[in-house]
Amino acid sequence: MSETLARPGLRVRPAAYGGAAAGLVLLALPFYLDRFWLQAGLFAMAAALGAIGINLLTGATGQLSMGHAFFLAVGAYGYCALAGEGTDGLAGLGLPGWLAAVLAVVLAGLAGGVFSPIAGRLHGAYLGIATLALIFIGQHVLFNAHDLTGGYNGRAVPPLSLFGLAFDDTELLVAQVPFGAVEKLWYLGLALLLAGVLFARGVLRGRPGRAMNAIRDHRIAAGVMGIPVARHRAAVFVLSSMYAGLAGVLLALVFQRTVPEYFGMALSLEYLAMIVIGGLGSVAGAVAGGVFVSLLPQLLTRYSDALPLVSAPGTGGIAPGEAARYLYGAAVVAVVLFLPGGLARLAARKPGPSEPPEAPETPTPTEPPGETR
Amino acid sequence: MSTFAEFLINGVSLGSIYALIALGFVVIFRATEVVNFAHASLLLAGGYVTAVLHDDIGFWPALLAGIAGAAVVGAAVEFLVMRRHRGSDHSVLAIVTIGVDILLATELTRRIGTDILALGDPWGDAVVTVGPVTVAQTRIAALLAAALLITAFLLAFRYTSWGVAMRAAAENQETAALMGIRLGRVSLGAWAVAGGLAAVAALFLTVFPTPGLERATSLAALKAFPAAILGGLDSTTGALVGGLLVGVTESLATGYQGDLAFLGRGIGDLAPYLVMVAVLLIRPAGLFGTKELARV
Repeated sequence: MSETLARPGLRVRPAAYGGAAAGLVLLALPFYLDRFWLQAGLFAMAAALGAIGINLLTGATGQLSMGHAFFLAVGAYGYCALAGEGTDGLAGLGLPGWLAAVLAVVLAGLAGGVFSPIAGRLHGAYLGIATLALIFIGQHVLFNAHDLTGGYNGRAVPPLSLFGLAFDDTELLVAQVPFGAVEKLWYLGLALLLAGVLFARGVLRGRPGRAMNAIRDHRIAAGVMGIPVARHRAAVFVLSSMYAGLAGVLLALVFQRTVPEYFGMALSLEYLAMIVIGGLGSVAGAVAGGVFVSLLPQLLTRYSDALPLVSAPGTGGIAPGEAARYLYGAAVVAVVLFLPGGLARLAARKPGPSEPPEAPETPTPTEPPGETR
Repeated sequence: MSTFAEFLINGVSLGSIYALIALGFVVIFRATEVVNFAHASLLLAGGYVTAVLHDDIGFWPALLAGIAGAAVVGAAVEFLVMRRHRGSDHSVLAIVTIGVDILLATELTRRIGTDILALGDPWGDAVVTVGPVTVAQTRIAALLAAALLITAFLLAFRYTSWGVAMRAAAENQETAALMGIRLGRVSLGAWAVAGGLAAVAALFLTVFPTPGLERATSLAALKAFPAAILGGLDSTTGALVGGLLVGVTESLATGYQGDLAFLGRGIGDLAPYLVMVAVLLIRPAGLFGTKELARV
């Protein structure tokens, strides 16, 4: 409704063309890129999905969560346990891949729901540190529940199959290009990301989004205005966990092996860095931040020879992974200092004078700003 | 019974270390209303300075250097980063400290690498035996040092003009500023004190029976977060009680690990978080935290 009020319909066109062109390029990429880049792209898509989830919770509703990695783990391991065949002494239900994936996402949502008695009562720093407990509980379970998770060595991820198409390395020739697991997953990832973006934008632009922003800006005032605060907070927590679960499933499919160490505290911090860099409360920002933070280490690894100061791991210099951490750590500080609103605000600012300049000192925009149409 | 007493003493000693860390955390929160997620990195910085210097200048000067180093790092974070953001939303500031933490932790873990650094403490692995109870000297030193520092801090907090300024700023920043209290100095002091306390804690977290300063030390330091939260973020008493509670629980859970085998290995490391969740379920503001009252 506000779209037509806010902007004349004509201005939509260039953005729409741009979007269509970008979409076509993304669809064509598997025909040209090698495995490394496709894998990097898939990591970026999974990170973007997870970042959308935490941005709904932390960015749009103002609930600081350090436990995002836990829900990713629930998704990833949930998928393994549901789809696995139950061999090698590991529990597995042997469900069809697509059903397992859906159930894993539901499972992540349930895990979020179970935590809601705590999440619904706490806010601010208390919630942040309470969710920190989730990470450690998660790590403990992952390392100890051998039957379910395979312990320290993790477990192999059974490939997904959808409508008779198996997302594994059996090669499929499409226009003379052999399609392996990553090529096929690429399209799945794109579809999931598109659906995730559209859904989150729908949520943020509709009534729930307004309610979430009201809760972030002033919880008590929102309650007085008749917004069921507790219900919304619990619902957002569940939704955010489901996004994380989906990202976890996708990550597991790309990795083809899940290991508990990956789902530690560093991962949660990475996700927080993503949404701050991208822009709190905006879907486009979450995607941009997710892509930035997850591609950075891959790019640095790939080009470590050519870059000054960065050297291959183990040679004594700054390893690419560490260089990436320096960069995004500094980016978090710099973005909050110099660019409140993140990358999304940067993109939104460009079109020019039609938008009234918002006061620069407000750190979190009252409306998701990055939705360039 | 004597093993129980040993676990208890070790727990109290460990708890007093957590209380030191949590106290710094609470001081920063009270003075600036910012939750400092970079606290574990401050601790690692202090420990690292001590570990590097102790060979050349001896243990005690190195410890002082470590305390000063961590205090300087804390003050630098306040001066270079937090001060530029004053007035921003507090949850955004908390995320800024996460960015700072990523930077500091990356640098320190890169320097430490896979090494385990000794801090050169004079106690070594000597033990004290009283009747049937055997306790490591380091644990007793930790308890005494923590008790001394905490008492000194609380006295300073209560009676010096610095403490009065700090408490006034915590009560109401605007009024305090109008009364001529320099808020910048107050928060600078809070960060420096927190860094110094963390450096002392770093020493006692890495002495016998733990092998030394390593990457994982920051994980141990993180347990001060549940300690601070379950006591109530804005309460110094809460930090002490929370620290002791967390320390004793962890020590007992580790000690009786054999009987708790069904919970899995390493339950002791998890215990602080479980206690925190249980406390927060019943008292969302922590044991001693003030319930938030807001005018709409």
